[in-house]
Amino acid sequence: MERPPVSETQRTPPQTPAGGSSKEDVRYEPVIGLEIHVQLATATKMFCGCELSFGEPPNTRICPVCLGLPGSLPVANARAVHFGLMIGMALGSELAPRSIFHRKNYFYPDLPKGYQISQYDEPLCRGGKLGDVRIHRVHLEEDAAKLIHVGSSGRIHGSDASIVDFNRGGTPLAEIVTEPDVRSPEQAGEWLRLLRSTLRQLGVSDVNMEEGSLRCDANISLRPAGASELGVKTELKNMNSFRFIERGIRAEIARQEKILAGGGQVVQETLHFDPASGAITSLRSKEEAHDYRYFPEPDLLPVAIDQQMIDAARADMTELPADRAERYQRELALSPETAQQLAFRAGLADFFEAALTVQVDVSAQTLANWVTVELAGRLDDGDPANAQVTPRALAELAGMVGSKQVSVGAARQVLDTLVADGGDPQAIIEQQGLAAIDGGDELAGIVAAALDANADAAQRVREGNAKAIGPIVGYVMRETKGRADGTEVARLVHEQLGSQ
Amino acid sequence: MRAIVISRDEVLHVARLARLALSEDEIEPMARELSAVLDHVARIGELDLDGVAPTSHVVDVTGALRPDEPRPCLPREVALAQAPAVSEDGFLVPSPQA
Amino acid sequence: MSAADVLELSAARVADAIAAGSLSAGELFDAYRSRAAADRAAGDDGLNCFTWVAEDAPEPGSPAAGPAGAPIGGVPLAVKDLFCTEGVPSQSGSRILEGYLPPYTASVVQRLYDAGASLLAKTNQDELAMGSSNENSAFGPVRNPWDRERVPGGSSGGSAAAVAAGLAPWALGTDTGGSIRQPAALCGIVGLKPTYGSVSRYGMIAFASSLDQAGPLTRDVRDAALLLRHMIGQDPCDATSLQFPHEIELPTAQRLEGVRLGVPEELSGEGIETGVLETFRAALAQAEALGAHISEVRLPHAPHALSAYYVIAPAEASSNLARFDGVRYGLRAEDATDLLDMYTRTRHDGFGPEVKRRIMLGTYALSSGYYDAYYGRAQRVRTKIAEDFRAAFESVDLIVTPTAPSVAFKLGEKTADPLSMYLNDYCTVPMSLAGIPAISIPCGLSDGLPVGMQIAGPAFSENRLLEAAHALEQAIGFDGAPARV
Ligand SMILES: [Mg+2]
Ligand SMILES: [Zn+2]
Repeated sequence: MERPPVSETQRTPPQTPAGGSSKEDVRYEPVIGLEIHVQLATATKMFCGCELSFGEPPNTRICPVCLGLPGSLPVANARAVHFGLMIGMALGSELAPRSIFHRKNYFYPDLPKGYQISQYDEPLCRGGKLGDVRIHRVHLEEDAAKLIHVGSSGRIHGSDASIVDFNRGGTPLAEIVTEPDVRSPEQAGEWLRLLRSTLRQLGVSDVNMEEGSLRCDANISLRPAGASELGVKTELKNMNSFRFIERGIRAEIARQEKILAGGGQVVQETLHFDPASGAITSLRSKEEAHDYRYFPEPDLLPVAIDQQMIDAARADMTELPADRAERYQRELALSPETAQQLAFRAGLADFFEAALTVQVDVSAQTLANWVTVELAGRLDDGDPANAQVTPRALAELAGMVGSKQVSVGAARQVLDTLVADGGDPQAIIEQQGLAAIDGGDELAGIVAAALDANADAAQRVREGNAKAIGPIVGYVMRETKGRADGTEVARLVHEQLGSQ
Repeated sequence: MRAIVISRDEVLHVARLARLALSEDEIEPMARELSAVLDHVARIGELDLDGVAPTSHVVDVTGALRPDEPRPCLPREVALAQAPAVSEDGFLVPSPQA
Repeated sequence: MSAADVLELSAARVADAIAAGSLSAGELFDAYRSRAAADRAAGDDGLNCFTWVAEDAPEPGSPAAGPAGAPIGGVPLAVKDLFCTEGVPSQSGSRILEGYLPPYTASVVQRLYDAGASLLAKTNQDELAMGSSNENSAFGPVRNPWDRERVPGGSSGGSAAAVAAGLAPWALGTDTGGSIRQPAALCGIVGLKPTYGSVSRYGMIAFASSLDQAGPLTRDVRDAALLLRHMIGQDPCDATSLQFPHEIELPTAQRLEGVRLGVPEELSGEGIETGVLETFRAALAQAEALGAHISEVRLPHAPHALSAYYVIAPAEASSNLARFDGVRYGLRAEDATDLLDMYTRTRHDGFGPEVKRRIMLGTYALSSGYYDAYYGRAQRVRTKIAEDFRAAFESVDLIVTPTAPSVAFKLGEKTADPLSMYLNDYCTVPMSLAGIPAISIPCGLSDGLPVGMQIAGPAFSENRLLEAAHALEQAIGFDGAPARV
């Protein structure tokens, strides 16, 4: 929970006047700001040479520095600063030519030095925007260690015990703080997905929420719709999946609405959302309100960002999801939805762009639909790289549908095979005999049979009930294993019934 | 300038922040000594320091950064050897939730 | 040479003798080791200089025994307790680190090992380097070899007393606001605080990070230069350490021809004992006789240095000492009922009164609502003090002052009143805040007790300091023998 002066004004709202009488009719607008902690994918920790830990045995990735041994000193990791700059560039932030590390002082067993080295009033990056949400700041800090609760222990007199594992302690974190621009739980989830794909694209983090490499807190307040003044905000801590974040925010909004509607006042506090029970509980301990006693870290000199570092960061930048989606709309005239479905999933977008290079006569939008709807729907891990189908095969298949060489239904069956076993669509169509049967005697015969088999449906079609054609067409499709072209079948039905 | 006097409550509040237990007979002397020292150091309040930049580092250079290269870690048994209470693979503490 | 004669030699001479093969490093080490062990064994009847003494000379090839033929090969070294030495007790004079054996060695100590120094002993000190009399140690007070009833100064009191008494050829100390210079003055030896950043702090149990600096305590100026030469250098483990711009030369100057010495009235009048002032002025006359040009300089903000120091140092200390929480090392209170109880009682039992006082002071100065009035202002005063020195060094080469306002005072004399104790640092704190180098050399006796003269210069002017100090030392011809009998 950062409270730098730079943000006080924007982020600590004035108390709303006590609402004495209950006002059921008032509609409330949620105002939500997000704080995201991102573990950076460096080789070593933020301030020491210990390798980052990925489930190693407890306390095997530790040294005098990250254990806070007497006399040890921190030295900042150059790559962490490099990644911080890349994040700042991706978010369009202003990069501080000179930023300072502060000490945030508080006692906790997972904090070996009794303070966290973080940044305060001179962060690495300020401002910026991602999608429809403005960025307040981005700063670097060190992660805390892990506490493992072990229940009561003979070793600890009369109270429950925990074990401290310092492997995670000192892992580099980028903390990204947004302005309170989010207005709904859905928007929060959507925006976080964009942020995650952006960070993944940058390659600065694993951004795995389940493993805690991406963690999110939300600052939530309500105000009467249309009001400009902010209400009292609460902070919802450490939600570790998109689903929980949306559910947690929704639950907290409901809780605050109930309080306000009842004429009560929201208390500014830190809360925990339990996804299992859906309950929201206060984290405010019996202890006094925190007084972190921030002051400039005397063991570290200010970080100066020179042109060389900026050039190096820029050189490592790649096209970001938001830019890619924008390019798809501009250059390929894709719908905004399709453009985002591709761009926010780099794997699909890369596959789509490869397919696009194949010479087939289908529109980019049609090809994109095959990727985002048909292909994506057949991938369990969402990554076409792990499926057998090649971009060329999908493009050719889409092309054959376009030229009516194969029906949509049959093409879906072909795609099943392509995803599972790979291969060439033309060959699969021949093997499985899925080629479209052109209109002509064979199909006419099957239609005639279908009419006999569905006499009453046929009768209703005759009487002008177009919908009744369904079972007849269905019969034909079953008979032809989907190889028949739907429009051609309908034409033949009406022809034989003389009903058009 | 009024003499600075640190109250008993202030002493207890600061001691709590510093995670320092004070026995009953330590509180009053602590209040007296802190008041005396603070009263002396508060003289810097008389100086006109408008527009003077604070100095947090005398060395007038910017931070040397460390290359992102792994260095050997401490063997766990060496680290745990110094701890007052351990449980086979970690540092044992009274649980914060308790 | 008899053992007794050997013990009269300066460290530089000893190093030469060993290099020349006329002296055995092993015999020398044993001679010092037995004297140090005897003082430790004597307890209250001794000086209580040491917290640990080597069992025997370090095995050749072991980390604590430098490579053969190294520049200070075979010269025993006494090291202040707060330097971490692998596998050797390092408690910074505090109960909170009871039984602590560091798993690593401080960078500067390792450098000296590599240069051939061998670890003779760890020296007593004020707890966590907080004090000016060495009465705050968990190991009991150190006595002044010139008068057992008096203090040696602090916080590096054990190092100063050991060198003065001839129990060690030389010693490492640390200086935050005067903790090398003031005990050196009170014990009649040489002590140097280098430019901030020139010696690595990695492995020094921290007091105040922006002020702490390691330095030599030696019998003469040449030894100080020799030891410092092997201490300086940038350390990748200390982001605040710097590459020293040049070699440290062994001083040879006999004259001070044309050297401009500035005497700041703010630090050489009010509050300084008469006897100290007279001895100091006599030394100035000798400097003039050596060709120096003496003039007045102003350090207008120096009188506020002590106030700024007693905000900044405790503030940093309150944070540096937060790691002593009973979790990973050192003391833990028994039978804690919960985590808070474990924290607060561990720290209550582990820290002494002065350390508690400074933790409280620093926590208060940083707490919300007081930061600007105390820490923020103190840092601005610090800026003004640095500017004062910069301005002064435009008209003079070096600044000279008495090192301490008084000679060694009686044990217990100032323990009741923290402020009167803090005033010991009145003349040394300004240089610490400015991060500039300063040396203290004995310049005579007052009432039979040593008086120190402090010589300060701009950042990285150590060679100039040492030359001037050497010339004065030769002219003054101070006799340190009484402390060694
Ligand atoms: Mg944070
Ligand atoms: Zn480490």
